[in-house]
Amino acid sequence: MKAIDVDQVQQAIDRYANKPVYIHLETTNGAYASHFDDKAYNIGVFIRNAKISYEHGKIVGTDQAYRVGLKTDMGWVYAEGLSQWEIDSDDRLLMAGHDREGRLMVALEIGEKPFDY
Amino acid sequence: MEKHVVVIYPHPDDEAFGASGTITKFREEGIPVTYLCGTLGEMGRNMGNPTFATRESLPEIRKKELIAACEVLDVELRMLGYRDKTLEFESKDEVAKRLRTILEEVKPSLVITHYPEHAVHPDHNALGAAAIEAVRQMNPSSRPKVWAQAISNDHLEKLGNPDICFDITPFFQKKMDTILSHRSQADGVLGKMKKDPNQDKDLEAIAKERMGVERFYTWNFES
Ligand SMILES: [Zn+2]
Repeated sequence: MKAIDVDQVQQAIDRYANKPVYIHLETTNGAYASHFDDKAYNIGVFIRNAKISYEHGKIVGTDQAYRVGLKTDMGWVYAEGLSQWEIDSDDRLLMAGHDREGRLMVALEIGEKPFDY
Repeated sequence: MEKHVVVIYPHPDDEAFGASGTITKFREEGIPVTYLCGTLGEMGRNMGNPTFATRESLPEIRKKELIAACEVLDVELRMLGYRDKTLEFESKDEVAKRLRTILEEVKPSLVITHYPEHAVHPDHNALGAAAIEAVRQMNPSSRPKVWAQAISNDHLEKLGNPDICFDITPFFQKKMDTILSHRSQADGVLGKMKKDPNQDKDLEAIAKERMGVERFYTWNFES
């Protein structure tokens, strides 16, 4: 993945608008958070292959961390803390944020075909 | 002497951090070892440092790392195809049935797995419980022994001292090589150790201190 380029990511977001797409959305601090720090909480969420369609989407932020919001018919998809992106070999838009040690903290991915499950 | 050892863990790298010294000891005695690896660690957080994996490329990368690690250890590998983080939501009976079928085919004298409720990661607990259930359902006359590995912070307090303790420092190089086969994961996990107390020591020394002994509890099927 490479550092987010707002214009390029915005173009990709636009490309997937108004058509059925599959979403992978995730945030996690790992299954070991409270094992290594008894004051920490284990938090994690993921949804894989949610099929949605969005009217429009936008990327906003600074190079430290970007936010992406996708406006759907009846609601929103939202992710904060994204800093890297790529279009993978299956033409999917992958966006993610990692901590200093390279561990994934948040991911939002959009593709026209379902993700492996 | 053991006849055949089956190791049952959910993630590529569990075998490396948890039992690669013990596995090496068995292999050096000429005892066949089979690793049943539950998932490909698809939802792992470590993407390499600096990152070289993505959420989508990680499974294939970890699969290659797992195959390489099993070559280092010289063990047979079978991948069970479950999905990372979801094992506890599968039917325990079905997972146990599947494991039992494999165990009845392989006929091990010993099974190594995680100690349910004392293995921190929900996948560890769930697969450990299914593995123990699989062995419990076997005919007592042909049941393998089970060594269960606990890693929770309070396991000594709750379970007492493990009865099986191997000083694996003679096999430590092999253990490091196995860990390092899991390149996408090794930096993150070893790095975490480095940050802890002994800042001045090199990684290998710290790893030796932390991982120089592998411990297991023999499961008691009577009680
Ligand atoms: Zn694990």
